[in-house]
Amino acid sequence: MSTDDADLKTTPLDALHRELGARMVPFAGYAMPVQYPAGIMAEHLHCRAKAALFDVSHMGQASLYGADAAAALEALVPGDMAGLKPHRQRYTILTTASGGILDDLMVANTGSDRLFLVANASRKDVDFAHIAAHLPDDVKLARHDDRALLALQGPAAVGVLARVAPEVASMPFMGVATITVDSVECFVSRSGYTGEDGFEISVPAEFADAFARMLLAQPGVMPAGLGARDSLRLEAGLCLYGNDIDETTNPVEAALTWVIGKRRRMEWNFVGAGPIRAMLENGPARLRVGIRPDGRAPARAGTEIVGADGGVVGHVTSGGFGPTLGAPIAMGYVRRDLAADGTELSLLVRGKPLPARVAPTPFVPHRYVR
Amino acid sequence: MPQTRFTKDHEWVRLEDGIAVVGITDHAQEALGDIVFVELPEPGREVAEGEACAVVESVKAASDVYAPLAGKVVENNQAVVDDPSLVNRAPTADGWFFKLALADQAAFAALLDEAAYKAFLETL
Repeated sequence: MSTDDADLKTTPLDALHRELGARMVPFAGYAMPVQYPAGIMAEHLHCRAKAALFDVSHMGQASLYGADAAAALEALVPGDMAGLKPHRQRYTILTTASGGILDDLMVANTGSDRLFLVANASRKDVDFAHIAAHLPDDVKLARHDDRALLALQGPAAVGVLARVAPEVASMPFMGVATITVDSVECFVSRSGYTGEDGFEISVPAEFADAFARMLLAQPGVMPAGLGARDSLRLEAGLCLYGNDIDETTNPVEAALTWVIGKRRRMEWNFVGAGPIRAMLENGPARLRVGIRPDGRAPARAGTEIVGADGGVVGHVTSGGFGPTLGAPIAMGYVRRDLAADGTELSLLVRGKPLPARVAPTPFVPHRYVR
Repeated sequence: MPQTRFTKDHEWVRLEDGIAVVGITDHAQEALGDIVFVELPEPGREVAEGEACAVVESVKAASDVYAPLAGKVVENNQAVVDDPSLVNRAPTADGWFFKLALADQAAFAALLDEAAYKAFLETL
């Protein structure tokens, strides 16, 4: 597994990662840090205790410009975009004609007839082509490939970022704002992918290195890689696109029915609304659930889930070890009649059925500011 | 002094009173990262050379551990099952995995010696 492949893209923080001793791995076409010398466990626990800095510059950033931007986007997503107030952000999904999920993404209303989008690295080209192909003439999509994205996550994140931009301290969860750091305009949202309070900060690529060093120099901040990002999001019960959701999963069975806006449930006028409405009305055959193995063996993605009668009733889509819990955790899809919390199941790990139970998510309570 | 030999799968083997003690190398634990789960073969199990007979899992992924030589498992190390991080802290000492009564004592000498293993690591 060479990470020096010429065809791997790098983020603006590549030199910093290597200087910090990161172990670089290929991810979604980029050379990315999976961990630093402290290791995934320490980085994970540090994020829960203080603040961790993640480079998420591989993710797709773009803006939709135009007075009709929200209406145009509503044709492609089930969320209430028209009702998204200025300086607020919302999680939503792009749907396929068959009611699957093309991607999940964040949409922020920055005011001034502009929506700011953050999409998954592995899906950004697909997403932005899909969106651009469905826009009316008066709405324009512009990609921000010239911007880096940093995530500062953890209970100490607000104190750290407020030292360089005091106004962030009063931002609500899922609030967005433009801040100026060293005369550079940065776009901030109070959100993240860890279950902790924190921020995602979009900065011009050429400012990313200086900005990251500024944050890392503050007490309590540790760099963290994709390994910790994955274990943190799994503990927080958050979906990973490509694992837990994809073009074959309907948002209703993915337990994402909440992303369908109230008004949108009257209108049913987005791509794939028919199959999604049908599943909502008829009930899904399977449901995404949290799973806690009784023992200590992690059950990885792809592990078959077996019911009391020995038959296969589903499979694990994300699984590993939860450092905060000190125990294995997983999520996956199971037959709907087996989806209630506490239901006893078995996980087929290396051919052996290991006892497990359906468990509520998040596994670790969210600590967002309210 | 007991001799230690190595495999290209990053196991070490040490002969102690005719019994082969097996574990994973410092390079292996470093590459795996934080180890959170270890599954060991039960005493009495006959293993073939190269047979996957133990599992070590880090936060990120699961890896097989192979029998470096053919033999019969005579003991396993419950301490690493109870505290998998012991493998990170002391991979070639208290973090051993299992002990084998070798089918063929002479086969031990055919494994890589320390210099050869170090040379192999340089090629990775």
